[in-house]
Amino acid sequence: MNSSSILQTGAAVASQCAVSPERVRQIIIEQSKRAGVGHIGSALSVADIIAALYGHVLRIPSTRDPQRDRFVLSKGHAALALYAAFHLKGWISQEVLDTFCDDGSLLGVHPEHGLSGVDFATGSLGQGLSFGVGSALAARRQGSSRRVFVLLSDAELNEGAVWEAVMFAAHHKLANLVAIVDWNGQQAFGYTRNVIDQSRITERWTSFGWDAHNLDGHNVPKLVNLINGFNTVNGAPHVIIAHTTFGKGVSFMERQIKWHYSPMSDDDYIAAKREVGTTL
Amino acid sequence: MRGAFARTLTELAEKSPRIFLLTGDLGYMALEPFADKFPDRFINVGVAEQNMVGIATGLAEAGYIPFVYSIVTFATLRPYEFIRNGPVIHRLPVRIVGVGGGVEYGHNGASHYGLEDVGVLRVQPGLTVVAPADHEQTRTALVKTWDMDGPIYYRLGKDDKVTVPGLNGRFEFGRAELIKEGSDLLIASMGGITPEAFAAAETLESEGVSCSVLVVSSLNPCPTDDLARHLARFRTVLAVEAHYAVGGLGSLLSEVIAERALNCRVIRQAVRTTPDGRTGSQAYLYAKNGISRQAIVDAALSSTRERKAAALA
Repeated sequence: MNSSSILQTGAAVASQCAVSPERVRQIIIEQSKRAGVGHIGSALSVADIIAALYGHVLRIPSTRDPQRDRFVLSKGHAALALYAAFHLKGWISQEVLDTFCDDGSLLGVHPEHGLSGVDFATGSLGQGLSFGVGSALAARRQGSSRRVFVLLSDAELNEGAVWEAVMFAAHHKLANLVAIVDWNGQQAFGYTRNVIDQSRITERWTSFGWDAHNLDGHNVPKLVNLINGFNTVNGAPHVIIAHTTFGKGVSFMERQIKWHYSPMSDDDYIAAKREVGTTL
Repeated sequence: MRGAFARTLTELAEKSPRIFLLTGDLGYMALEPFADKFPDRFINVGVAEQNMVGIATGLAEAGYIPFVYSIVTFATLRPYEFIRNGPVIHRLPVRIVGVGGGVEYGHNGASHYGLEDVGVLRVQPGLTVVAPADHEQTRTALVKTWDMDGPIYYRLGKDDKVTVPGLNGRFEFGRAELIKEGSDLLIASMGGITPEAFAAAETLESEGVSCSVLVVSSLNPCPTDDLARHLARFRTVLAVEAHYAVGGLGSLLSEVIAERALNCRVIRQAVRTTPDGRTGSQAYLYAKNGISRQAIVDAALSSTRERKAAALA
């Protein structure tokens, strides 16, 4: 069965599961083990943010509706969390989900253009916010109430191009743009404070003209309430510094640099399953 | 060509609400016709070319046809990865407009030269590359290609006065334009240096060398069939370009000759060395880099002598 026919089948057998952080985490653990790949800690870090967005915030009547809200996973290496949400929304079947990282699959380590639901392919850090800015600008010029959400990593803010987009969005008062920074304090090769110090990050965004907020990035109700309270018609663009724990939900992965890249051994998997409650 | 671009785009924008123009803070005294008429579809994004291409990607996903404008090197090399990961991978109709191909920004120095843009962009299979030879052809090329699928790179010159004799603004996508017919030698030219190539051909004619002159403006996808048709008639082609020897027109012709197993020698009249810090006018830099009218004539005569000597031997 080719990918497009699998996708159609997936839509027809839409799962009724809610997009809960627990289910997102279970899928991350199951699929990363099945595929034998890493980036597990990064995906676990954003599981609650993804659950908040896809469960309670994003207005997406269909993935092809031009008036749908747009979402850019600028930290593309957390794509498995995104695929989990797509599955829980009923957009991709279990059969498709099980192709993650297979030859010919549309579900790669980073989100690819071509998978319905992925508005913008990412993987090269520092580009997603610019895509989102253009998308928000288009919505405004077209008189649409659709909103644009961009999820960035904290280390991604090392990229200078992010700040080009930050300045532009503030200057043009793109109130329909919401950036969320996954503030887990880790990057591939170390802790962010030891690589490029980004202290006083909220003040940095505020000084650039953004409406900046700090929040526990694992508290779904608070995330939802905050975002749904944003004025997305007038005023400054919004940013949430979402304080998260890298590897959240699997104790031996939490705050451990190793789990940026490492895949799980069989023993790791047994221990991780126990913690996230996967049924496999 | 930039004046022709701005005027033509303004006309097209009257018909299509999808056209949007972004500039990286360049185009003063060139883009005003558009900016004045369509202030809601014109944005100076500031000196931020990566962001400009990223924004254009977002606009194009929502249905716009955004043109992004800057000097060649800033429009192409600075945001190269944004071009690849944005409009190219997403197959979106973003138009990259670079002004000042080659050494047109002479006195401004090496930072402002555009000597590798065609080479690095035409390696992208999904990116159309167009390099008009004069302002009349710029207009035709824009009118005929602006609403094509996928991204396009337009390599423009600054000049809006000089016209290429015999071209009369002709442009067909995927075709090269023959502007002079001769039997001894083929001169193929890309972009704003074409008037020099044509003048060289006229000088050669007076020296007894009969030249055809081919204007190659449609560079990617490679117009293989059309180029092969012309190349098959000659034993020697001089590729004239204000571009590095690798990656540009000379490389393109070499690829066609090799793939079609044609019996034609390529002489690349192109820039072969890194700028050494000595700046000057475009004419000075053409001469310095061996791509002036005289250098083309000398190369053609030398090749003709070699061929005759070989025939006698």
